[in-house]
Amino acid sequence: MLNTVWVALIAIGMIAAVFTGKLDQTTNAALNSGESAVGIALSLLGALAMWSGIMKIAEEAGLIRVIGRIIAPVTRRLFPSIPPDHPAMGAIVMAYSANLLGLGNACTPLSIKAMQEMDKLNKAPGRATDAMCTFVALTMSSLTILPTTIISIRASAGSANPAGVVGPIFFSTAVATLVALITDRLLRKR
Amino acid sequence: MLIAIFKEISGWTIPLMLVAIPVYGYLKGINVYNTFIKGAREGVMTGVRIIPYLVAIFVAIAIFRTSGVLEWATNAIAPFTRLLHVPAEVMPLVLIRPLSGNGAMGVMIELLKVHGPDSLIGRMASVLQGSTETTFYVLTVYFGAIGVKNTRHTLAVGLLADLAAFLGAAWATYRLFG
Repeated sequence: MLNTVWVALIAIGMIAAVFTGKLDQTTNAALNSGESAVGIALSLLGALAMWSGIMKIAEEAGLIRVIGRIIAPVTRRLFPSIPPDHPAMGAIVMAYSANLLGLGNACTPLSIKAMQEMDKLNKAPGRATDAMCTFVALTMSSLTILPTTIISIRASAGSANPAGVVGPIFFSTAVATLVALITDRLLRKR
Repeated sequence: MLIAIFKEISGWTIPLMLVAIPVYGYLKGINVYNTFIKGAREGVMTGVRIIPYLVAIFVAIAIFRTSGVLEWATNAIAPFTRLLHVPAEVMPLVLIRPLSGNGAMGVMIELLKVHGPDSLIGRMASVLQGSTETTFYVLTVYFGAIGVKNTRHTLAVGLLADLAAFLGAAWATYRLFG
């Protein structure tokens, strides 16, 4: 699907650019996009290295296993294909908690760690497993208790009630999470 | 009250992890310094591995965004969004959100500046921005990091979740502040 969407984004965009008279701008944006992609990757590199280092310690000390076992009753239902004692379970719990608490640049490195642990259980490398799909679905719908970035942006924009959007954000992310989990189950078979 | 508690928890989590994990490892008799280096090296390798995936998705999204398709799409779906009480001003944000996190952030900040953070538009923009992740980025980085190219149904799930978040955000914001 990503295959089709990728070529569609490029083709539709370029054809539309001809009609909107933005061909030059679009070409420039395309040429500069590589640089911004590398920029993002580089800005991620430091956090990735730091959290991978910390998580390596947690893993070798057996801490990830312990965390996975504590929340096993919940996670076992969501990820039946992962043995409860496998480090993937603990990594998933830590990554999801980081997302839930809005821990900024810890989220991506911890989530990548969880993906790597799940990949160790992958019998068909190169293809996403059911557990990976469920985990990515959960992350993309990002249940949010405290949208720290939004609150601080609203505060700096002079809002009288910067945290006033916390309720609606929690509601809409809860709806999204529910939809993500249901559609993940329904579409899995195909 | 609840918000204050979560703020407190979220402020303490990272410092606690940074102390507790190395100390726990040290007490377990692990060479924590060497282990950290080992992990950090893997982290750097992962960071490099995702670059091609990021470049691929950024090129496609840059072309799509700059071409003006989104403006056209905003006009095309205006009759439907009016039914949902969604101001036309926030629709570009809805369409950009799954494609580009930074792009959407820019649009949101602009809306807050022009319409004020406590207007319906400003509130809806804030809720929409906080409601979903950047679907394409998550997909690219997470699967890219482990070299998975067959992502199966995850993109469809992500976009459906985005749609659900949009409807939920529009409904809740209008109910509370409309």
